Amino acid sequence: MIDNLPFIACAILVILGLYTLTFKRNLIKIVIGLNLVESGVNLFLITLGYKSNAVAPIYTMAAKEEMVLPTPQALTLTSIVIGLATTALILSFTILIYKHYKTIDASKVRRLRE
Amino acid sequence: MINEHLPALVIGLPLLAAFATPLVSKINDKLRNIFVIGILGITLYLVYSLLCNVLNDGIFVYVMGARSTGLTLPSGYKMPVRIILEADAMSVFMAITTAVISLIGAIYSWAFMDKETGKDKFYTLLLILTAGMFGMELTGDMFNFFVFLEITSIAACGLVGFRITRGESSEAAFKTMVLYTLGALFVLFAVGILYGEYDALNIATLASRIQYTMLDKIALGLLLTGLAMKAGAVPMHMWVPDAYAEAPAPVSLVLVVNTQAGLYGLFRVLFSLYGASLSTQTVGWILIILGVLSMFVGVTMALIQDKLKRLIAYGAVSQIGYMLLGVGVGLATLNTPALQEYGMRAMEGSIFHVINDAMYKGLLFLTAGAVIYCTGKRNLNEISGLAHDMKFTSIFFIIGAGAIAGLPPFNGFASKLIIYESVYKFNPMLSVIAILVSILTLAIFVKIFQSAFLGPKLLDVKKEPRSMVLAMLVLSIIVIAFGLFPDVVVDKIVSPAVNALINRMDYITAVLGG
Repeated sequence: MIDNLPFIACAILVILGLYTLTFKRNLIKIVIGLNLVESGVNLFLITLGYKSNAVAPIYTMAAKEEMVLPTPQALTLTSIVIGLATTALILSFTILIYKHYKTIDASKVRRLRE
Repeated sequence: MINEHLPALVIGLPLLAAFATPLVSKINDKLRNIFVIGILGITLYLVYSLLCNVLNDGIFVYVMGARSTGLTLPSGYKMPVRIILEADAMSVFMAITTAVISLIGAIYSWAFMDKETGKDKFYTLLLILTAGMFGMELTGDMFNFFVFLEITSIAACGLVGFRITRGESSEAAFKTMVLYTLGALFVLFAVGILYGEYDALNIATLASRIQYTMLDKIALGLLLTGLAMKAGAVPMHMWVPDAYAEAPAPVSLVLVVNTQAGLYGLFRVLFSLYGASLSTQTVGWILIILGVLSMFVGVTMALIQDKLKRLIAYGAVSQIGYMLLGVGVGLATLNTPALQEYGMRAMEGSIFHVINDAMYKGLLFLTAGAVIYCTGKRNLNEISGLAHDMKFTSIFFIIGAGAIAGLPPFNGFASKLIIYESVYKFNPMLSVIAILVSILTLAIFVKIFQSAFLGPKLLDVKKEPRSMVLAMLVLSIIVIAFGLFPDVVVDKIVSPAVNALINRMDYITAVLGG
C-alpha cells in the first residue's frame, strides 16, 4: 500500500487538474489546472524509475551498485522544459486576452461565438 | 552520402533554417522569403528522395548518433537504446503531403503576409511547425513522438494567435493551446504507462512485447483521446473552428496537415504499436462511431455558420470523419478474411482521402484567405458578387468546393467513391450516412458560392496578388490531376502506405531484426 502512495498522489493531481480545467472560469486557474495535470504526469514518470535506497545513476565514484533508473528522469526533465514553454506561451495569451477584453472570465471571453 | 542521412536531414533542415530565418530577415525581406521557400523546396526534394528510397528498398531505419546509421542493435544489445527514426511507406506518404502543403503555404504567405509586422517570427514558427510534423511522421520512438507533438503544438498556437491586435486570435490560441497541451499530456501519460510495463520507448520494441493487459487498455484510451483531440475529431473538436478561423490563411492550410499528423499518430499507435493484440472489433467500431459523429456534427454545424472560414473549418471536421470511418472499417476487419475483401479497400480510400483532403481543404482555406485579403470582410452576409473582380479565386473556389463535396472529376470524388463502395460491404447504413453528409456539404458550398461570388457587385475589391494565385493554382492542378488519375496515385503511394500499416511484423523486424 505504502509503495503505491506516489501513484495515488499522481492520480489525485491529475484528477484535480482535470476538475479545474472543466469547472473553473478564470483563465489563470485554467492554466493552473493544466500545470496540475502536468505535475501529476511528471510525478508518475519519476515514480516509475524510483528505487528505495538507491543512489543517483552516476557511475563515477558510485558508492554502491543499486541505482535509480535514469531514463524516466531524462524524460521528466524534457517534459518540464516543454511544460515551461507551453505555460509561458499560454500565459502570454492570457495577458493579450486581458488587454483586449478587460477580463479573464472565460464566460465573458466569447467574441468568437457571436 | 546524403541518401544515408535522409530522415535526419528532412527534420533537421527546416529546424535549423527556422532559427536562421530571423538573421536572414535582418538583411532583406525579399531574401528571407526566397530563403524560406528555397529551404522548403529542398526539403520537398529530400522527402521525395526518401519516398523513392522507401518504396524501392523497404523501411528506412535511421539510428541517431550511432556509428553506422542502420545499426539498431549495437554489439549484443537485445533492444535499441538510441533514438530511432523509422520511415515506412505510411510515414513518407504523410511526409510528402506535409512537404507539399508547407511549400505552398510559404509561397502564399509572400503576398498574404506582406502588410503584417513580425514576419521573421511568422516564418520561423512556420518552419518549426513543418519540422515538428516531419518529426511526428518519421520517428520510431514514443517519447520522441511526444516531443515533436509538443513542438507542433507550440508553433501552431503561436501562429494561430499571430495577429495580436485581434482579441479573437488570442482567444482562439488560448483555447487551442489548452486542448493541445492536455492531449499531449495524455500521450505522455500513456508513454509512461507503456514504459513502466515494457521497459522500452521504441515503438517496434514495444510492439513486439505488448500484451494488451488492463494497463495497456488504459494507455490506449489515453492515446486515443489525446491524438483524437489533436486531430480534431468530434467530441474533441471545439478548438478546430476557432483556430482555423482566426489563423492567417496560410496557417490554416498548414494546420490541416497538422491535424492529419495527429491522425497519423493515431493510426501508427493502433496498427503498428497495438496491431493484432487489440480487440479489433471494439476499437474499430469506436473509430467508426467517432468518424460518423465527426461527419455529421461537422456538417450540421457548418450549415448554420455565417463566417466563411469558420464554415470551411466545420467542413474540415466532417472530412476528418471520412478518414476515421474508412480506417475504422479496416481495423474492425483486421485478422479476418474480410480484410482482403473490402477492409483494405476501405483503408486505401481513407488514406487516399488524407492527401486529397489536405489539397482541397487547403485550396478552400486559401480562397477564403484571398477573399478576406481582397475585401477585408469575414462575414458571408457582407460579401456578394466577388466573381466580377476575383475571377481566378472564383474558379479555384469551384474546384475546391466540388472536391470537398465529392463531385467528379475532382480528387474528393475518387477517394470518397472508394470509401462508399467498401464501407457499403461492411455496413450499408454507414455508407448511406457518408453519402448524405457529402450531399449536405455540396448544398452548403453551393450556398456560399451563390451568396459570395455571384449576384450584384457590392464592394470595391482589390486584385489577388500573383503569389497567392500561384499557390492556389498549384493546389487546383493537384486536385484535378488526382481526380483524373486516381489509380496511379493509389497504386504508387497509397497502397504501399496501407500495406505498411497492416504488415506490423515488417515494422518490428526492421528494428529488431528477423
